Amino acid sequence: MAFTLYSLLQAALLCVNAIAVLHEERFLKNIGWGTDQGIGGFGEEPGIKSQLMNLIRSVRTVMRVPLIIVNSIAIVLLLLFG
Amino acid sequence: MAYHSGYGAQGSKHRVRAAPEPPPLFDDTSGGYPAQPGAYPPQGSDVAFNVNHLLADPMANVAVAYGSSIASQGKDMVHKELHRFVSMNKLKHFFAVDTSYVARKLGLLVFPYTHQNWEVQYSRDVPLPPRQDLNAPDLYIPTMAFITYILLAGMALGIQKRFSPEVLGLCASTALVWVVIEVLALLLGLYLATVRSDLGTFHLLAYSGYKYVGMILSVLTGLLFGSDGYYVALAWTSAALMYFIVRSLRMTSVGTDGVGGPAPRQRFQLYLTLAEAAFQPMIIYWLTFHLVR
Repeated sequence: MAFTLYSLLQAALLCVNAIAVLHEERFLKNIGWGTDQGIGGFGEEPGIKSQLMNLIRSVRTVMRVPLIIVNSIAIVLLLLFG
Repeated sequence: MAYHSGYGAQGSKHRVRAAPEPPPLFDDTSGGYPAQPGAYPPQGSDVAFNVNHLLADPMANVAVAYGSSIASQGKDMVHKELHRFVSMNKLKHFFAVDTSYVARKLGLLVFPYTHQNWEVQYSRDVPLPPRQDLNAPDLYIPTMAFITYILLAGMALGIQKRFSPEVLGLCASTALVWVVIEVLALLLGLYLATVRSDLGTFHLLAYSGYKYVGMILSVLTGLLFGSDGYYVALAWTSAALMYFIVRSLRMTSVGTDGVGGPAPRQRFQLYLTLAEAAFQPMIIYWLTFHLVR
């Protein structure tokens, strides 16, 4: 596999897009990964599952606006340069 | 204007003594040039005449001053932006190596089985730089090994008459991308397991970069001794690197008190370390087998 840095950026963009489109109500709650189902007791350390749910929720919150910008740039670049 | 005439009188005395009088191309601004007359005028007049010869145009003065201020502003801005992303002190800590450290570390990478003490030493809560501690990770060896690997890949492809300059760039960026993927995966794994360790991003980068030494050795023996030599060197360096990584990372993730948290999390950390160790031979093989046919 011959990678370039550009393909790494494309893969990262696709992955972040994939995380951003996970819908809260329709999907995550149905498989038990909703944000209100995770905050267990206020124990010492959260488990792996709650860390993962935290990560998904924070990615979705933080990356919403930058993803719009970066996706627009990617669309324009792909239209222009193929 | 008594000031001006006084200066002019002294200046004329100096003129008679020194070089012939330069032709008056401009108004005599040297009268206003020295702020205090007295001891200053004798050499002040020389300097004033030379400076006025070179920078006859006061606009040039202003332009030079403006340009230098712009340049210094630009330099400050670049420094500020760079310091926001990369902390120079932390980076310098990883490059504080010397020759004996490099030699011993390379020996440790190839033959780690006799090394006893794998803990990173501290001095007052600050990890020691690599110059004083053999177990400390550094970024010098991975950087040099990466560059050597690229050059060696170019040489190997040239021997097989498959060389072109684009291939070199492709090889470099492929290796770099795999390092970035590995570091990101490790960071994700460490975040999910909430490991309270000192493994920063640069530490992970260092441990990922040590595989280039194994790659170089495998490719070299493959070039010298053929395909069999390549596989033997691959097996040896992979085993040595796996042992090295498992021993080093177990020390850092267990922590200073040795407890390390509840059992499932410790198991996850162990799996993470083992997965990282198992990933190394695969990536060494993947990145080098096309060089040794």
